[in-house]
Amino acid sequence: MTEHEQPEFGNVPPGEPHDNMLSETVSYIVGLGLALVLTGISFWVASTTSIWGPGVATGLVVLAIAQMGVHLVFFLHITSGPDNTNNVLALAFGVLIVFLVMIGTIWIMAHMNNNMGVSPEMMNLQTQRG
Amino acid sequence: MTTGTEAPAIGLTHMGSEDTGLGNRGPQSKSIVVPYGFWLFVLSDMVLFSALFATYASLVHATDGGPVTSQLFDRTTVAIETLALLISSFICGIAIIAAKRENMFWTQTALFLTGFFGFVFLVLELTEFGHMISIGAPPQRSAFLSSFFTLVGCHGAHVTCGLLWLGTMMAQIWAKGFQQHIMRRLLCFSIFWHALDIIWVAIFTIVYLIGTLP
Repeated sequence: MTEHEQPEFGNVPPGEPHDNMLSETVSYIVGLGLALVLTGISFWVASTTSIWGPGVATGLVVLAIAQMGVHLVFFLHITSGPDNTNNVLALAFGVLIVFLVMIGTIWIMAHMNNNMGVSPEMMNLQTQRG
Repeated sequence: MTTGTEAPAIGLTHMGSEDTGLGNRGPQSKSIVVPYGFWLFVLSDMVLFSALFATYASLVHATDGGPVTSQLFDRTTVAIETLALLISSFICGIAIIAAKRENMFWTQTALFLTGFFGFVFLVLELTEFGHMISIGAPPQRSAFLSSFFTLVGCHGAHVTCGLLWLGTMMAQIWAKGFQQHIMRRLLCFSIFWHALDIIWVAIFTIVYLIGTLP
């Protein structure tokens, strides 16, 4: 198949590194550093006792979302620039569906479990058969 | 797909009109369209994983008297797995940089290291699965374990496919050089590989770290 590559206007594919070799390498190294720091904090938060216990899980989820952002920006090069609009819109729609599915499922299933009019031992998920 | 000389597909341009909202240049070239389409696939893959995460979160306490999360997971193994996958993802980016400069040695070296760290991750994960099955925590033990093996196993299956794809890409770059269609495939592979690392971030947080909280 012959390809006629014309100069690109206004769009870049996701994951395409920048043009300048130094800046693109630095981008990956910064991303790696931030991801390592966030991972380290996650493991520290999970094992320390100096943080209020019930808040730890929320903190871990926040750290995970932050690290996903780091991966998107520094590894997949999703930016807020005008040449990235299509990539960002697709990502936004994907994130919307992901949150709808996850929060919707967890919410509904937790309520159904609470509202099941069954004997107390059946109410305990730990004793339910798979 | 239209090239620059053919008439563009119907609906994509309005001949003679300056303001169409789609531009008057016709569709974007394949080097834009193909990775964008692959990006849509990766996002739909994340939607698939979100369903598996939701299943896991719903069933995590349904242990049927069997082993629970805090008895099964080892944080040290997970930390090494996380590091291996992160380094693999990073080196994959280096491989793309080298490939853009058409440097065969560094491209192949970086791709090999990408695959090596991916393989380390996979071996650790399969060892963990084998250990769990051997101590009486196979997928059929409880709903929690079924959903665990589905979620983490699905990610592992993606990594396995990624490794096969990676080997194919190394062979194609070796045999055909840095042609445009090969470079498109390589870019798609890197999108896939980075996306797997993003999904792993969610897995190690939700399954392993939150699962082993005191």
